[in-house]
Amino acid sequence: MLSPQTPETKPVKLSVRNLDFRYGEKKVLDGLSMDIHAERVTAIIGPSGCGKSTFLKCFNRIHEVSSAVQVSGQMAMDGVDIYRGGIDQVDLRRRVGMVFQKPNPFPKSIYENVAFGPRLFGVRDRATLDGLVEDALRKSALWDEVKDRLKESATGMSGGQQQRLCIARALAVNPEVLLMDEPCSALDPIATAKIEDLIGELKENLTIVIVTHNMQQAARVSDYTAFFWLGKLIEMDLTERIFTTPRERMTEDYITGRFG
Amino acid sequence: MRSFETELKNLRDGIMVMAGVAEEMIELTIQALTERSSAKAEQVRVLDRQMDEWELKLDQLCIDLLALHAPAARDLRLIASSLKIVPELERVGDHCCNIARRATFVHPPILSGDSLEQLGAQTRSMIRRAVDAFVGHDAALAQAVIQSDDAVDELYGQIYRDLLRLMLADPLCIERASHLILVIKNWERIADQATNIAEEVLYILEGRSAKHPYLRGNHEE
Repeated sequence: MLSPQTPETKPVKLSVRNLDFRYGEKKVLDGLSMDIHAERVTAIIGPSGCGKSTFLKCFNRIHEVSSAVQVSGQMAMDGVDIYRGGIDQVDLRRRVGMVFQKPNPFPKSIYENVAFGPRLFGVRDRATLDGLVEDALRKSALWDEVKDRLKESATGMSGGQQQRLCIARALAVNPEVLLMDEPCSALDPIATAKIEDLIGELKENLTIVIVTHNMQQAARVSDYTAFFWLGKLIEMDLTERIFTTPRERMTEDYITGRFG
Repeated sequence: MRSFETELKNLRDGIMVMAGVAEEMIELTIQALTERSSAKAEQVRVLDRQMDEWELKLDQLCIDLLALHAPAARDLRLIASSLKIVPELERVGDHCCNIARRATFVHPPILSGDSLEQLGAQTRSMIRRAVDAFVGHDAALAQAVIQSDDAVDELYGQIYRDLLRLMLADPLCIERASHLILVIKNWERIADQATNIAEEVLYILEGRSAKHPYLRGNHEE
């Protein structure tokens, strides 16, 4: 974990400036600005309805399925505006993968779940697909558990395995960023610990942004923590500092359970 | 979370009680010494048992708070620092016992009682003010306690030199002077304990270590 004594060496991967997000009349995100560093884990915390998940969705534009949504401000990946930079949505979603609260495997075999993304992007060769599937399952620490039953249905797996399968599915298209929206909230402590270990391994090559309601999880897995309240960024700092000496009283009250 | 608040209050109250007992013990050591009172010395030993009991109780409370509530920010700093403040206070009790044990060996007096009383009173005042700073969230007072340690060290050095001179001049007073050197050393240590407590108070209030200022450049951003 990063500490105040070690200077940041990783470049900014995602940069957000004055981001507003409106859903109809309602302003969900209000003037957010932050930098997210490559190969770091950034946790987003805050009470329900503060805009955490909405913020996450802005990074791969999956909110755009609704026409009532208006987004203004800037969001850039590697310096290129993901809203105006002529970026293709499908390609953006390949580069920015997402894992949701509840494991949501397709009702297909384990193999087909992981092969789905690469197939979508035109990989047809069986040997190549096999390699991609194995690689993604290994990266998600699932290979040893499922290598002998790749043809079995994914829905027969345990909740924790299903969630790791969803991570494998996201990894199979070789993303640069992984968004995780409360990925452990439906899992038991052992499955949670496995996902948390996985996050630590994946950040070697990935930029991870995770939304969590579990303060201790944010403290355990992230390098940076951002605290949101009513669509505003109240404070963002090194996780170590947020959990020992936050600058803002509101952050302090939230993480010590005195909010509201 | 209500019970968490209650337990935090119990922790603060417990530390206040320990500090009150510590002060009383220091006062008794002064009296035991100046009055050559073995009864007062015995009272110190009785109170030390209370300090030991409080230490066990508050240690357990801190561990429970850490395990059950996963505290953060100012709560975490309070509990982590309490785990250091409590043993400091318990050590004050031990030092008082060391002093009380010697109370009857330092008579007839070889030094004017004034400077000894003054040293005892200064250390008692440091303990009181350190805990006042803890209770009143008073960083300025904690800082003042840390600064007053120099005056105690100076007085200690002065009495120590006086005792050396006396021993050189008159070998018959060597035994009493040796006991007195240990007495003043124990008081001087109590002042160090008060300083450590004040440093913890600053950590609780400001979130950065006040210890070893000469290392500060290396450990801050």
